[in-house]
Amino acid sequence: MSIYIDKNTKVVVQGITGGTAKFHTQQMLEYGTKIVAGVTPGKGGTEVEGVPVFNTMEEAVKATGANVSVIYVPAPFAADAILEAVDAELDMAICITEHIPVLDMVKVVRYMEGKKTRLVGPNCPGVITPEECKIGIMPGYIHTKGHVGVISRSGTLTYEAVHQLSEAGIGQTTAVGIGGDPVNGTNFIDVLKEFNEDEDTYAVVMIGEIGGTAEEEAAEWIKANMKKPVVGFIGGQTAPPGKRMGHAGAIISGGKGTADEKIKALNNAGVEVAETPSVIGETLIKVIKEKGLYDKCKTH
Amino acid sequence: MNIHEYQGKQLLRDYGVAASKGIAAFSPDEAVSAAKELGTDVFVVKAQIHAGGRGKAGGVKIAKNLDEVRAYAKELLGKTLVTHQTGPEGKEVKRLLIEEGADIKKEYYISLVVDRATDRVTLMGSEEGGMDIEEVAEATPEKIFKEVVDPVVGLTGFQARRMAFNMNIPAHLVNKAAKFMTGLYQVFVDKDASIVEINPLVVTGDDNVLALDAKFNFDDNALFRHKDIVELRDFDEEDAKEIEASKYDLSYISLDGNIGCMVNGAGLAMATMDTINYYGGSPANFLDVGGGATAEKVTEAFKIILSDDNVKGIFVNIFGGIMKCDVIAEGVITAAKEVGLEVPLVVRLEGTNVDRGKELLNESGLNIIAAGSMADGAQKIVEIVG
Repeated sequence: MSIYIDKNTKVVVQGITGGTAKFHTQQMLEYGTKIVAGVTPGKGGTEVEGVPVFNTMEEAVKATGANVSVIYVPAPFAADAILEAVDAELDMAICITEHIPVLDMVKVVRYMEGKKTRLVGPNCPGVITPEECKIGIMPGYIHTKGHVGVISRSGTLTYEAVHQLSEAGIGQTTAVGIGGDPVNGTNFIDVLKEFNEDEDTYAVVMIGEIGGTAEEEAAEWIKANMKKPVVGFIGGQTAPPGKRMGHAGAIISGGKGTADEKIKALNNAGVEVAETPSVIGETLIKVIKEKGLYDKCKTH
Repeated sequence: MNIHEYQGKQLLRDYGVAASKGIAAFSPDEAVSAAKELGTDVFVVKAQIHAGGRGKAGGVKIAKNLDEVRAYAKELLGKTLVTHQTGPEGKEVKRLLIEEGADIKKEYYISLVVDRATDRVTLMGSEEGGMDIEEVAEATPEKIFKEVVDPVVGLTGFQARRMAFNMNIPAHLVNKAAKFMTGLYQVFVDKDASIVEINPLVVTGDDNVLALDAKFNFDDNALFRHKDIVELRDFDEEDAKEIEASKYDLSYISLDGNIGCMVNGAGLAMATMDTINYYGGSPANFLDVGGGATAEKVTEAFKIILSDDNVKGIFVNIFGGIMKCDVIAEGVITAAKEVGLEVPLVVRLEGTNVDRGKELLNESGLNIIAAGSMADGAQKIVEIVG
């Protein structure tokens, strides 16, 4: 088992004819992801890496039965691409694109209310279920199949954590990058709920960062509902207030969104928070040993 | 991106939103002729810098005649103002705004922000104007009111009126205040602002409702569709190294430590700063070279780090997923040779093409200290820099 995506997921790549999208389409195919279609307006009828390209999402879905899209469309047009995925009634749209104007996302989130599609991102590395399906830009080879769920606002920091887990023989069920933007689709709680219900997930690593209150809200939810151990890390403990640290959402403003508050909230919810990013793996191992889950989580 | 008060007020007037009348000036002579043109009894000479708290720092002066206008203009231009938002080094005043004195009856607070909790634009208002809104939120949270805006219909008339009543704006001026707010919302969405703060909004003796100050912040990601806003950018207000970095699409922020950092990915870059601090060091910058950096971009990034005189050592921390380690290595070598590397360099490489990257660094003849992990690298650079 896994969450959101597995070996049966049929993927359509939005913006497939762009340079980055082509490269990652090839990488995803190599990993074994079932990419059934691509969409670029005006390029219908062509092929990329053997994948048929369509002019619209409607056509692509009708012809191939794609149920998840991944979006590499440039920022000025990316919000429209998300709307098109929602209109085509996909199960999920994963938006990799960075630098989408925030007011575009405000409209997108409003449009999605009551609709079927789940949005992951934007500005995220994607979602991967190791050895089954990789959707996004993460390096596939660091992931191994197993029983720890990973959720993160940051791309490279996820790789860092996953790498530590795999090196220590701890595989992952699914790793979900929810992205670093202030207004986005899926949040920590959405993913925690899924991991909580997933029979194959025994523990969760949650990586947050400064800005907003998503981690605090997740902590409250964990305290009330989570049946499985969660280990955390918060990036930006030493970031100066008022400065945007790369991610549009990583900013301490008006004294709110500090790492200290987030760590305190997580600790309060029984979440052990790694002191440095280098010990995320170690911290998880310590916790699952305490809970008697280590042998079940050790996969290789 | 931020703009100056006088630019913000012009933007408001373009949208029919009332703001106090004034003229920008870059010299004492210009200040005096601006005052002559205004022709009022009292003038306000206001320092224009991209930071709040100017009044408390002595950046706002009341002048009763043209001689006083000249004297204050002379005093303020070239002066370094230190406010709670400038940092201890302060900001030099290079522009002034000369305004007519307003007959203020009461000060209020109005702002628009993108609220992350609701994913909506939110209007905030309070009758406690002229104060730091964070202090008001702390002391009297019941005096702050919010209206969450549905993007489909925008800020509605009833919401604006409800806000005005909640703020205790005199009943006969509620419609004027509501018009002010709906206009303000229109500027906000039309220009892709991320924050607009009017503090204070004032009611005057002659029954006007107008902006006495205007603070705008725009969404950098939307500037591509607002050439008019980009033209208002004042490079004097920004860090030279940050401007240079933005030319190459690098995400760079100056800090006050002495360890230069080059990292790929914003999360990892923040975590690297944290780790350096954890081992007792102090980073000189935040620098994310991005996921798809070229050797040229890495070279420029390296040059920017080295242009900071405070830098006593450099830590390169790369987890190459998409970013290939050999590309990073090439960039580092080129830059070090071009600029001349005189400080110690610790490099941690992990991920795609890591062996080729390490090989390149070894063959370069540069004095590079290899690190096995992020923690190892951070410890090493902190030890060396001391």
